Amino acid sequence: MESGAVLRRRRPPRLQIKGVTKRFGGVHALRGVDLEADVGEVHALLGENGAGKSTLMKIVAGAQAPDSGDLWIDGAPFAPASPREARERGVAMIYQELNLCPHLSVLENVTLGRETSRLGVKRLDAARVRLDQVLRDLDVSSFTGDTLVSDLGPGDRQLVEIARALCLDATIIVFDEPTSSLSAPDVERLFRVTRRLVASGVTVLWISHFLDEVKAIGNRFTVLRDGETVGQGDVSETSTDEMVTTMAGRSVAEAYPRSSRIPGEVALAVQGLAGASGPREASFELRSGEILGVFGLVGAGRTEMLRSLYGLDPMTAGQLELRGEALRRPRPRRWVELGVGLLSEDRAREGVALDLSIAENITLSSVRRLANRVGAVTRQAKEAAAEPWRGRLSLRASSTGQPVRDLSGGNQQKVALARLLECGVDILLLDEPTRGIDVGARVEVYRLLDQLAAEGKAILMVSSHLPELLGTCDRIAVMHRGVLGPARPREDWTEDAALAAATGGTR
Amino acid sequence: MEPEDQPLPGRGAARARQVADLVGPFLGLIVVVALFGAVAPEGFLSVFNAKTIATQTVIVGLAAIGATFIIRSGGIDLSVGSAIALASVVTALSMKAGHGELPSALLGVLAGAAVGAVNGGLITLLKLPPFIVTLGTLGAARGAAKWLGDEQKVDAPSGWLKQFMSKNPDLSGLPGFIRENVPDWLVLAPGVWLMGLSALTAAFLLRRTVFGTWTTAIGSNEPTARLCGVPVERTKFAIYVFAGAMAGLAGVLQFGRLTVGDPTTAMGKELDVIAAVVIGGASLSGGTGTILGAMIGAFLMATLANGCNLSGVPNFVQEILVGGIIVGAVTLDGIRHGRRAA
Repeated sequence: MESGAVLRRRRPPRLQIKGVTKRFGGVHALRGVDLEADVGEVHALLGENGAGKSTLMKIVAGAQAPDSGDLWIDGAPFAPASPREARERGVAMIYQELNLCPHLSVLENVTLGRETSRLGVKRLDAARVRLDQVLRDLDVSSFTGDTLVSDLGPGDRQLVEIARALCLDATIIVFDEPTSSLSAPDVERLFRVTRRLVASGVTVLWISHFLDEVKAIGNRFTVLRDGETVGQGDVSETSTDEMVTTMAGRSVAEAYPRSSRIPGEVALAVQGLAGASGPREASFELRSGEILGVFGLVGAGRTEMLRSLYGLDPMTAGQLELRGEALRRPRPRRWVELGVGLLSEDRAREGVALDLSIAENITLSSVRRLANRVGAVTRQAKEAAAEPWRGRLSLRASSTGQPVRDLSGGNQQKVALARLLECGVDILLLDEPTRGIDVGARVEVYRLLDQLAAEGKAILMVSSHLPELLGTCDRIAVMHRGVLGPARPREDWTEDAALAAATGGTR
Repeated sequence: MEPEDQPLPGRGAARARQVADLVGPFLGLIVVVALFGAVAPEGFLSVFNAKTIATQTVIVGLAAIGATFIIRSGGIDLSVGSAIALASVVTALSMKAGHGELPSALLGVLAGAAVGAVNGGLITLLKLPPFIVTLGTLGAARGAAKWLGDEQKVDAPSGWLKQFMSKNPDLSGLPGFIRENVPDWLVLAPGVWLMGLSALTAAFLLRRTVFGTWTTAIGSNEPTARLCGVPVERTKFAIYVFAGAMAGLAGVLQFGRLTVGDPTTAMGKELDVIAAVVIGGASLSGGTGTILGAMIGAFLMATLANGCNLSGVPNFVQEILVGGIIVGAVTLDGIRHGRRAA
């Protein structure tokens, strides 16, 4: 036994990453990443949004090449030129947005692109035997190889991807936020499957925000911050608090500006809202001069709540009161006239018109006010109206005539906000306002929101990024499976409590 | 979350749904037949008339076989009508030049395949949307047909090609014992048999071959198909060439029916073809659509046209009806799929 242990120590790690850097244009996505994951372990990769986790994973998956640094698999150099090459070396990725063809069966998905055939006619018997074996090994009984993927829920679809990885003899499986859209029982099942995987010698890289989940499933962890490895260790020997401190690396107050806000009257009151697209019961009061946060997992129904409220999806029940007056369910256009603006989570499609200029975007909702006597709107009028926003929001653009497509995500978001503010909105419903924005620009958005709240605007902010809600909001409510919980002052929330509420308290 | 004793959604469920997907179009067909059976003169519900309708289905039906592959892969083909016209002119010119029936028919099919190759090539090489590319070839192929035909109908001997669309085909080529024992209702135009055979082959291609699976995969989720190593571009090219060849075959039979090569024939047929596939249960967003469904769709439209003619319903009513059926079929489909997703 003794020599066995020594031997195991000498065996090279399954995956080793040393000094990897990567830059995109002027941005250093990775400044020096080290990581070592052993055979048969669940290695957690931690870091805030924008810390470089996804860039690192793209390098491991062969989708991008590092600028410098080295990777090894089982001691042999690993520099995949393509995703295919990475797959051939045993790396399988399981992304958040699952990569399956819903119209094909499980077996067809698992074999897609590498079907065995005779004269073009599929011969999948061997693959079927293998898949059945894999499904048995994973203890999966909720579907078979003949089930259509469109019949499966997110948890089962994830298992299909895992089964595909195993049928491809993967030795390293990377999970990207695997539990973010799963129900609690599905999460439990995924944990069981993962334990079976590592017991059979597979190495799992587990990327997650949820630290208690990492505590439950991880063996060791690596923390990235601003593109650098800033910590490594054994999960069992490290507390969640220590992990959080390593991930953040700075006190929360620094990143989240907060001037003194004086919450005023109730601007918008919603009672018992339910909608066809998902929300079952949502009630809240939004006051002017405050930021109310809504937290929840992906799929909890937060976006759908906003859409139903705003008349974009059908509302089936609920009473609305705007500035103390009862309101029949208005259409989106009426909401804008009433001074209530919605910012979609899908910036590229519903937030800004990418091909139009900054000035055209900012004046899009208020263009009728700019018409001259004959009803025409000149470019000059639009640019004159848009110009003040450039300074006020510190837009990084040479002129307001520049197309929005050329701007960074953060600046695009500012333009979208300016459009709402320009048409006189004082109640803002924001859905994931910092999605896809780099860290620096996020802070600017936080500063802007803080400033708006201090001016007396009422802001409702939906986010799945808990630290930003804890940092910017005055009160926070948590949504779970279509039901919005009570809003409580942010001081009363901890990260753990919010996560517990968001997952139905099973964690 | 599901109760333990729920049956596995396996092969049985998948098959049950395939059947369910065809119930709609099939019901539609029965309704149309019943309606005209009540309204139309007696001739409508006769074996002879059924044969007439089947023959009238052939052109659209053959082209719809190819279009099913295209629509299932998430594409669209607007050039079908022009490809049929081009193929009919090419076949006529070849017959006129004395090349004989088989070589001429092959040339016609090749002309259709050439249109498909241009479609597929532009779509995959220039990464243009299929709608735009085939809108272009809709004009270009029609122009080419007029150019080859010198802007008029091409008279040519049609030889045995005209037998394909004949309701009373010449049976003298068949062995005596078959000729004498074959029941009358089985004496269909050979084009109908050709369509049936093509449909069976195509259904086999779609369901049992790698090509068929890749076609579905591309329509279902193209980035994933590419990620999994499906040669997306090559497969798409093959799909358009195949569909073009089917349109070409339809063109050869159109020549047989008209016994001239007509550059102005099959104008607007692409919409009938798309309608047949969509009535048969396909979604224009890809991933769905079956050969049997498309055949039912084509038959339904031919029945409608035939019934309207027999009962003296004016042409414009017929056009309104077809339009209504298309929108109705897609709406029903949407409702059904909406429920399924919920």
